[in-house]
Amino acid sequence: MALRIEGTGWVFGNDINTDLILPGAAFLLPVEEQIKYCFSANRPGWSDEVQPGDIVVAGSNFGLGSARPIGNVFARLGVAGIIASNFNGLGLRNCVNYGVHVLPCPGAIDAITDGDRIAVDWQTGTVRNISQGREIEGKALPQALLDIAEAGGVIPVLKAEGLLEDAE
Amino acid sequence: MGHTITEKILSAHSKEKMVSPGDIVMADLDLVVDLDIVFGITGGHQTPTRVFDPDKIAVVADHTVPAPSIAAANAMARMREFVKKFGINKFYAEGRHGIAHVILGEDGLALPGMTLACDDSHSCSSGALNCLARGLGLADMMYALCKGQAWYMVGPTVKLYIDGELRERVYPRDILHHIAHVHGAFPGRNLEWDGDTVATMPMQGRFTLATLSAELSAEFSLFRHDEVLKDYLQGRASKEYEPTDPDADATYEETIHVNVSDLQPLVVLPHKVAHNAAAANSLSDTKIDQAFIGSCANGRIEDFAIAAEILDGRQVAPGVRMIITPGSQSVLQEAIANGYVETLMNAGAVVTNSTCGACYGGHMGVLGDGEVCITASTRNFQGRMGSPEADIYLGSPATVAASAVRGVITDPREV
Repeated sequence: MALRIEGTGWVFGNDINTDLILPGAAFLLPVEEQIKYCFSANRPGWSDEVQPGDIVVAGSNFGLGSARPIGNVFARLGVAGIIASNFNGLGLRNCVNYGVHVLPCPGAIDAITDGDRIAVDWQTGTVRNISQGREIEGKALPQALLDIAEAGGVIPVLKAEGLLEDAE
Repeated sequence: MGHTITEKILSAHSKEKMVSPGDIVMADLDLVVDLDIVFGITGGHQTPTRVFDPDKIAVVADHTVPAPSIAAANAMARMREFVKKFGINKFYAEGRHGIAHVILGEDGLALPGMTLACDDSHSCSSGALNCLARGLGLADMMYALCKGQAWYMVGPTVKLYIDGELRERVYPRDILHHIAHVHGAFPGRNLEWDGDTVATMPMQGRFTLATLSAELSAEFSLFRHDEVLKDYLQGRASKEYEPTDPDADATYEETIHVNVSDLQPLVVLPHKVAHNAAAANSLSDTKIDQAFIGSCANGRIEDFAIAAEILDGRQVAPGVRMIITPGSQSVLQEAIANGYVETLMNAGAVVTNSTCGACYGGHMGVLGDGEVCITASTRNFQGRMGSPEADIYLGSPATVAASAVRGVITDPREV
């Protein structure tokens, strides 16, 4: 985790829902198979292309839908964080709670083209499009939530307190 | 300045004197509800070394009951180990099972003024009971089980003021479809329901509206404690409760006024709920393969009654599968006692065991490539009920039943 990251931006549209991120068919599969289903319906092959540190960029109401652990999928794929015009509340907490940063930024979808190199400061909310040489401002999450994401989510916190048995 | 129901319940359960929009609060939980399926989701359930209070935890078998696969069966075994290890008495296993949000109401576990955490997005269903509940994630659940708390971002509240009288064969479900079509989604905001239509609405309709508030992307969706709710809880409430009403001068971000007197049966078109509905009678060219009624939105006895009324003396169209799934064992028993199951079976419908089942594409009604389904369940996203190549339309139970008879999407007033 890092409060500042530079990576490739992958641009998706509005209303990116949990069935696209983690389809029901992948629910009970081992995680290495599960993550291959991410965006398989709307962008086949994406899970092979995304690199650690990359950033998902989307329009409005990102993460609408189910309670499924979408943040776990993104974290396992190495996605550093999500920038979207706005977020579904459940989608947002399911990212933050698994250590995936989140930045509400209404201008991002128009300021970033698929494949652009972008640098994000999750704490100040500044998004720099390196490829296009422009900068936009999002509205950073409150510090309490940045801290949860920065800690890698709530699971490491519970583990550190000896509250969980499992290693996985 | 006054406060909304959401703000008051959160304040009463946190160290904050009074929370306001923009705050983040850590709230104490009165009930934590764990579900079967999360015991099988990778990165989902992990075993706590201790739980905060076994008496404030319920475990419900709903998504994968009875187990439809080896993976699910193994997950159910882990669920039973968990229940045994911590001595959890509120355990709804096979035989007592059903959809958590239905059981929480039936058994008086979700109560006015309470905070309730559950790892399912439709947990907002219990908002019909004046209970502060919303969908939480699995990481949230581990935190909740261990510590009895969850964090919440306090959003502004929108009041939905509903008045007017619904026409025949137009239902609360159609109201929700209308709101989603006209007003879209409400991410980050709470909803409070008010108005004459709501005041006289039976609990079934309120449960449908509260449940489907997840499809409006709302945070919380709350109804007041009134005579209708009081009557429902009579003899049902598992303990004393403290209703929470909004202050008379509560601050709302917006009040949306909806008059329902002219509403028609509305169908939501495939793949998304916001701004995506059409009148049922405009879709008569759309052939269907499957018709489904069930889920936490429409798996209650009133939904069976509507389906039975429409299918009585009629037949499901050739080539169409009509599947009706009760929300709980007691819904099924009541449907049998009232003769609804016989009527539905005589019409050629399949009445299943109680489960979330086909709603999430789990089992008992999974869709194949290129198939078309009209459903009175929760969600129409691509891939939701099975194949990503399938099309899912959402309608009221009456619209679904009428469509099953005709084999095409049908306005229930036409049959």
